[in-house]
Amino acid sequence: MLDRFKRLSERTITRLKALIFLLALWPLAKLMILGFQDDLGANPIEKILRNTGFWTLTFLTITMAITPLRQLTQRVWLGRFRRMLGLFAFFYGVLHFSTYLVLDQFFDWANILKDISKRPYITVGFSALVLMTPLAVTSTDAMLKRLGGKRWRRLHRLVYLITAAGVIHFWWLVKKDISEPLIFAALLALSLTVRAYYARQNRVNSAA
Amino acid sequence: MRYRSDLSEREVTPRSVWESRREFLQQSLAVTAAAGLALAPFGALAGLDAKSNPDFRPEDKLTSRDKVISYNNFYEFGTSKEDPAENAGTLKTRPWTISVEGEVNQPKTFDIDQLLKLAPLEERIYRMRCVEAWSMVIPWIGFPLSALLKQVDPKGNAKYVEFETLKDPDQMPGQRRNVLNWPYREGLRIDEAMNPLALLTVGLYGDVLPNQNGAPVRIVVPWKYGFKSAKSIVRIRLVEKMPVTSWMQAGPEEYGFYANVNPDVDHPRWSQAKERRIGDFLKRPTLPFNGYGEQVASLYAGMDLRRNF
Repeated sequence: MLDRFKRLSERTITRLKALIFLLALWPLAKLMILGFQDDLGANPIEKILRNTGFWTLTFLTITMAITPLRQLTQRVWLGRFRRMLGLFAFFYGVLHFSTYLVLDQFFDWANILKDISKRPYITVGFSALVLMTPLAVTSTDAMLKRLGGKRWRRLHRLVYLITAAGVIHFWWLVKKDISEPLIFAALLALSLTVRAYYARQNRVNSAA
Repeated sequence: MRYRSDLSEREVTPRSVWESRREFLQQSLAVTAAAGLALAPFGALAGLDAKSNPDFRPEDKLTSRDKVISYNNFYEFGTSKEDPAENAGTLKTRPWTISVEGEVNQPKTFDIDQLLKLAPLEERIYRMRCVEAWSMVIPWIGFPLSALLKQVDPKGNAKYVEFETLKDPDQMPGQRRNVLNWPYREGLRIDEAMNPLALLTVGLYGDVLPNQNGAPVRIVVPWKYGFKSAKSIVRIRLVEKMPVTSWMQAGPEEYGFYANVNPDVDHPRWSQAKERRIGDFLKRPTLPFNGYGEQVASLYAGMDLRRNF
């Protein structure tokens, strides 16, 4: 049992990638279907905002969980899906911001600037999106080569900060019921704990 | 003399036929009632016998009934907007009593059916502005809250009125979690409660209140944010000191006692300058006192509305 799925063939990985790609588009497809059926409820803009925000944070959380899962299960191939999942987090983040910009604010720049500078939850959420941009831009193999593994990894550690910012953004906008932000916070803490444990192990091992 | 039918059995309308006729009639009645509902805001009221009050028929376009009854904040049934419509079926609105007590000369307990006859029911179309920056326009049915309060003869030291919602986690599943300090409590100053705009409400869109909208009796205070309009009320207490409401306990720096709609005083976390009218795409500017300044601004003369938010 332990050895099952230890290695996957390239073909299996390609197929899995295609499957994950389609699954990751499902939230957007569902929103569009509901939209065309005029079935987004009484406040469709709020619903789209909430939904795209939820999926941004969900994909960030899944991306964050890949490395700890790989460490725990010794399944190296898990890492092969990390880039795509991270890019989907960025994709939904951009959709989320576009919804705010176009549908919610309708390009009311004065108010948007005020929101970003004065409303802490928007400041934090906007910063998270800005910080995600260089990660998306440098996600290609060519950029990894140009930056060099060490620098690239250091840059991409920003994802901790980004996910934490996403959780705070959600936490601060909720009126009273913080149960959902709490779940995201707990998952993030769990991922970080596992990573910290293995980082310590590695240090101990290399010192020995 | 014994009665003898000279009809033979086969001349009598067969049971199945008259049964189906009855069914047809009942269905027709239901259709008529539904049509009446659709026409309700234009005067022909079904369900509740209420006269449309011409003083409260603003230009604003009504929010459709399906949106009014499917997008609600009523944490007793869950914290998402869809929860109340989904979960409020467990609320039993009969029998129901509402007790009016405290600093009054004649405390009384009213049965809901008695309450419905206390004063002539009228339909009033009010704007409803939620603290979350969305709004609706709703045809309510009720009578001025003052008519009820006069029944108990408030004493001179009755300065405030406290409203208490039912607390029963079996009927209100959202109360199984301590999202707010149950029972839900709200309050008004006595002069606010006596203002003719404050409506003791028993219906909307021509019929009794759906459970998710605060059945069987609630208040509607249209110049204040929606959370001030307590729902499913079981107790009204007249008191001398300013009551501490559930939302004041939950977030004292965010929710004040007055909670008057005010575009110039932002919620600490978001702007109150604009609102999205449900059904609209573009936001519209929020009006001071939700557009009811003429009727209520004088209540707050000389008060610092930034401090008394």
